[in-house]
Amino acid sequence: MIWDLQVKARVGPLDLDLRLQSDVPVLLVIGPNGAGKTSLLRLIAGVRPLDAGHLRVAGRDLAPAPPEARRIGYVPQNASLFPHLTALGNVAFGLHALPRTARAARALALLAAVDAAHLADRLPRALSGGEQQRVALARALGPEPAALLLDEPLAALDVTGRRALRQHLADRLARDGRPALIVTHDLRDILALPGEVVVIEAGRVVQRGPAAALATAPASAFVEELFSPLRAGAIASAERDAARPTDPPEVLSF
Amino acid sequence: MPAPDRRLQPADVLGVALLVVLLLPVVALLATTSAAELRAGLAHPLAAPALALSARTTAASLAVVLVLGTPLAWRLAARPAPGLVEILVSLPVVIPPAVLGVALLATFGQQGLLGGSGLPFTEAAVIVAQVVVAAPFYVQGAAAAFRKVDADLLLVARTLGAGRARTFFGVALPAALPGLLAGAALAWARALGEFGATLLFAGNLSGRTQTMPLAIYTALEADVGVARALSLLLAGAAVGVLVLVWSLPRLIGRSP
Repeated sequence: MIWDLQVKARVGPLDLDLRLQSDVPVLLVIGPNGAGKTSLLRLIAGVRPLDAGHLRVAGRDLAPAPPEARRIGYVPQNASLFPHLTALGNVAFGLHALPRTARAARALALLAAVDAAHLADRLPRALSGGEQQRVALARALGPEPAALLLDEPLAALDVTGRRALRQHLADRLARDGRPALIVTHDLRDILALPGEVVVIEAGRVVQRGPAAALATAPASAFVEELFSPLRAGAIASAERDAARPTDPPEVLSF
Repeated sequence: MPAPDRRLQPADVLGVALLVVLLLPVVALLATTSAAELRAGLAHPLAAPALALSARTTAASLAVVLVLGTPLAWRLAARPAPGLVEILVSLPVVIPPAVLGVALLATFGQQGLLGGSGLPFTEAAVIVAQVVVAAPFYVQGAAAAFRKVDADLLLVARTLGAGRARTFFGVALPAALPGLLAGAALAWARALGEFGATLLFAGNLSGRTQTMPLAIYTALEADVGVARALSLLLAGAAVGVLVLVWSLPRLIGRSP
């Protein structure tokens, strides 16, 4: 079992109470605003203890550990780069375990892996949204985390940057098989990224499965609305579009 | 928010009137003090000891405020909303300085709560008075700066293997730095101008407890020109702080 989460936590007005077990490494979490998607990610990262439950990832329960011992790579929605550090400094921050002399070279290699080596000396405020996301991804992967949490990694990007990073993510996730939980609002992400779709509404899991299954038998009005562009036999063509390096028509954008 | 309107409004007239009241004394100070007078004033026997004492005591009180105030501000910022502690910390802002002076005597004086401390009328008393009046400005500014630090920034730092200490010193402190510096500058300016509490609690002993504001007060009785010269110097320092507060975020390359 790769994912075995049982989460009970009161977060502001939201009563998060969900159970999620899956053998699929990549989970694509969707749901309306305020459903608890970001709260779930933060709880897995360790923002605070659960009221009850466990967070087993690949057999290891993270819940008793402090965030620094969970081996989680977290990329928040706005990337949250450290504003006072360069892109290189941001990535090197997570390489504290390495000897000082090895950090810069390793950080540069991590940046190169997301095509951001040329941004190494820039401060975050001098980076575009897409560049910030790539640096944040490199930073999260630096300590070789046991699992990756990505909160709308493509939301801040323009159409071109989104397509490129989506492709990069899809390749990378397929290649290294690392467990990842990805929050998204975009149907194109759901179709292009490999993994199981998990629908969260009001703090609970209301449906899960492959995208095609959700499209044909939506369990809620939200799911039906999200997949509505694919109805009338458009699923196959949309999947073809998503697999191609060109974008599906903008009508699929949310 | 009212729409921008370039036509003259009644509100503008009132606003300009206030600006005149605020700025006229500073202009008058500049206009009535000649360069020769300034030189003579600074050469006056009151000036050098007071300047040295003010520099020494405000440096010490600022150090105390930073070391004790930063952890407090950090803890306050971690709470979802300002509460009772914030109100208590702000108390010295609303209590008149003279009252604080009497209150400090009631604490550390001969018959005080902690009587026989030997603190009153010493240089240490000057520092204590400055800490009391200046600390609220720093703590409020620092708490606001810490509160503005993106919570995800701190969580990301933790997930990258940083413990609480490294997250604080490596991320929270640098991220809040512009706000912390602005609060520190305001606190320092307040300590530099401290008069009432110092006079009552530390006295007005030249070379020992006579800071710049007290030296101005003393000079005024003998020679108004000396008082103006010293005042100009203090005003210059205050304006310098204001300029610093404005330009610091740009100097260190970030907006506050």
